[in-house]
Amino acid sequence: MPVLELRGITKSFPGVKANQDISLTLEKGEIHALLGENGAGKTTLMNILYGLYRPDEGEILINDQKVDIEGPNDAIARGIGMVHQHFMLVPVMTVTENVMLGNETTKSGVFLDREKVSQRIREISNQYGLEVDPEAYIKDLPVGIQQRVEIIKVLYRQADILILDEPTAVLTPQEVDGLFKIIHSLIDAGKSLIFITHKLKEVLHIADRITVLRLGKVVGSAIPGEVDEQKLAEMMVGREVNLVVNKKIAEPGAAVLEVKDLYVPDERGNPSVNGLNLDVRAGEVVGVAGVQGNGQTELVYALTGLLPIKSGSIHLSGRDIHKCTPRQIIEQGVAHVPEDRQKHGLVLSFPLLDNMVLCTYYKPPFAKGVNMQEKPIAENGTGLVKQFDVRTPSIFVAASTLSGGNQQKVIVAREFSRPIKLLIASQPTRGLDVGSIEYIHGRIIEKRDEGTAVLVVSSELDEIIALSDRIAVMYRGRIVDILPAGATKEHLGLLMAGVKPEDIPDSAKQKSAGPVEKVF
Amino acid sequence: MTDKTVKTTPSEKKDNKFDLRQIFEGSYNTLLPLLAIFTGLVIGAIVIAGTDATVIEAWKNFFQAPGAAFAAAWTSIATAYGALFGGSLGNPKEILAGIQAYFSTGDSAALLKSIYPISESLVTATPYIFAGLAVAVGFRCGLFNIGAEGQFFMGALGSVFVGYSLKGLPAIIHLPLALLGGIAAGALWGAIPGYLKAKFGAHEVVNTIMMNWIGFRLSDWLLNGPMKAPGYRPVTSAVSEAAELPRFFPDPLRLNWGFILALLVAWLIYWLLFKTTIGFEIRTVGANPDAAKYAGVNIVRNFVLAMVISGGLAGLSGASQVLGVDHWVGQGFSAGYGFDAIAIALLGKSHPLGVVLAALLFGVLRGGATRMQSMAGIPVDIISIIQGLVIIFVAAPGIIRWLYRIHPAKNKQALQSRG
Repeated sequence: MPVLELRGITKSFPGVKANQDISLTLEKGEIHALLGENGAGKTTLMNILYGLYRPDEGEILINDQKVDIEGPNDAIARGIGMVHQHFMLVPVMTVTENVMLGNETTKSGVFLDREKVSQRIREISNQYGLEVDPEAYIKDLPVGIQQRVEIIKVLYRQADILILDEPTAVLTPQEVDGLFKIIHSLIDAGKSLIFITHKLKEVLHIADRITVLRLGKVVGSAIPGEVDEQKLAEMMVGREVNLVVNKKIAEPGAAVLEVKDLYVPDERGNPSVNGLNLDVRAGEVVGVAGVQGNGQTELVYALTGLLPIKSGSIHLSGRDIHKCTPRQIIEQGVAHVPEDRQKHGLVLSFPLLDNMVLCTYYKPPFAKGVNMQEKPIAENGTGLVKQFDVRTPSIFVAASTLSGGNQQKVIVAREFSRPIKLLIASQPTRGLDVGSIEYIHGRIIEKRDEGTAVLVVSSELDEIIALSDRIAVMYRGRIVDILPAGATKEHLGLLMAGVKPEDIPDSAKQKSAGPVEKVF
Repeated sequence: MTDKTVKTTPSEKKDNKFDLRQIFEGSYNTLLPLLAIFTGLVIGAIVIAGTDATVIEAWKNFFQAPGAAFAAAWTSIATAYGALFGGSLGNPKEILAGIQAYFSTGDSAALLKSIYPISESLVTATPYIFAGLAVAVGFRCGLFNIGAEGQFFMGALGSVFVGYSLKGLPAIIHLPLALLGGIAAGALWGAIPGYLKAKFGAHEVVNTIMMNWIGFRLSDWLLNGPMKAPGYRPVTSAVSEAAELPRFFPDPLRLNWGFILALLVAWLIYWLLFKTTIGFEIRTVGANPDAAKYAGVNIVRNFVLAMVISGGLAGLSGASQVLGVDHWVGQGFSAGYGFDAIAIALLGKSHPLGVVLAALLFGVLRGGATRMQSMAGIPVDIISIIQGLVIIFVAAPGIIRWLYRIHPAKNKQALQSRG
């Protein structure tokens, strides 16, 4: 008997069928992965299950009982818990306070009973190996631990069915390992789990059963042993997908970017880049690998003029640019695909055509004097939408209406379409689906082959390995080692974790299926 | 969420400038303010009827004579709003008769008398247009200029000073100089908080409020000292005739070139905001300062620039009032134009056309209020209540959506969520 069954769920929004006749079952103690690209309807389906939307058609059964879920509180009461991709935590409160928020346990009706809740958190924590300090403040906890707090919140409310929405998107490799251990202990305790993702390797590693969604419909289901990545990717995207980036051997030219002894404090003045040296030559991709928070963000900000440096030098084709403004750096031929596309990359309320000229609006042909020229701007927008395959009803709609993948394509289109000699791409495919990743990777290699120097910063090791001609590993604000393209993940992983290059065992440098390799 | 764009290839619709969704969103954006005004008037009507002694008396006998109760309420509302709109727009019959008389006899007295209410409404709307534009430019750059009131006052003082201190200049030189004097004084009053924000990060809301107080007290001193006209009252001398904005009609109609200037300036601001690189930068900084910095836009310079333009417009507002209507400045001259301007910019969605329309509405309401008081015995303050309600409904569109069951925004939000 399945603990949860969805029968023929259909949900439409004006102009869109988000879910069409979706049926699936979840058995007790099962990990059921829901796989699909962005916009396939995974989140809509889960929001229906969590009571945030009402289905137009279809029914939901819990333990063979037909139910009508009226809202999140109702879903929680029926034992369904959801861990959102973006955490719903109050940073200035403790773990205990966050867990009890919305469901406060009180003494004599008015006073919060923190001790009782802390006690319960410790029990849950021990039972499932979550290792969370109930007294810690959320703002002091790393992302991986914050996610555990979200899981505790759900368990505290006695959920039996857990929905994890893209849980690994924000985690480091080590944290992902930890999450998977927790998931197994949850299953051992009789919980059932729906795991939403678009990462193929994870699905094959952890799921008992896989259901693939595309354009709001179930296109198939599979069992990990019987399919491989290639097959799953094809089901997801609906066509053959090239998972390996095809590229020729790089033919590097002269150094375009030369960074020497760079020191950069972050926005609060704490040292974050500490004596960094790095060269990027024309026609090569240098990947910067590293666990997030080791100064990568500040490095990129310093290179693009967004953050002042403390000391050291940055040379672009031999010219010192460390005192240049962002505009001067842009004008010298630097393109920047920013880490946070909604913060830096786009003006969400502006239409696409304006976003397409965000860095060049003041130059001919887009402006004559102060007069902006509507026709060239519209032509530029139309051309780039076509050339970069941005899926949009029109160039006049606001950037906010596009999906994440298409928003990223708008940025890539804008940055790649002007003459550049250095491309800095920070997390270029974060949160994107397989099809978009394939596309953007192809474009990056294309730029390299045109002779552009490319610096890719990514927390996804797969991405670094797929794109890079040389891999620089960043740890605590320095480049600790630079490895050639064929480096093993184990070798990179140890360097990223802070092991000194001279202490790396030879076994780690050879291609072998280490424990990290299996997951990623 | 299924991406709604998947099925539409870009080539199908790319050249269609009048995209359906755009039109829909456009009408939705204009629909809300209209419904807000309508709802404000309806609630205003209820307040008018509910505070009228005869209506209350009639409703006490509701069960005996329900018809009379409704009739009394209707009469009360109709009289009040009749007086309000008659007092602000004039009586159509009288206007028609005036036109006939003018063409048959050449006597314009009746016509001028009949259009006096409209003239007064437009006179009131003129400073509202300038000041509304001032606040709107600030909003577009992400700045909340609460200092329009002080900038208005400084602009009035600047223009009156140029107006009365220079003698013997021809109007073609004196009037532009006087207007520039107002713009410069207002711009200076706006530039100071703009610079403080850009340079030291001091919040413009606090600083513009403080600048208001400095402006008021400075003007007290000026009007009692250096700028005081001979005599015992704390007022300035009148500006020389060459500095006045010419009036279209003989007294008592006060409609003047300030109104035409206001419309021209509204068009100029529209052009500046939406057709030039200057406006593109201002709007980018306002919509997303992080992206503006990333794109190489100088945020500091745009903050100062937007506050200078905003202050200059508020100053021009004061100048138009001095040079077009009053011709001199006395204590307490500003009378809340700068604060109403915030409401006008909100109601007009910070768009120059919207600001002009909102300013006209405020002009009509204010223009008719006095007449409503004298004719129907309804206090002028009812207009403040209606204005307040309209602003609440514009600032909290959720109320209007709930009231009229409009839900497009919710669906739009749903479309944005990721899959």
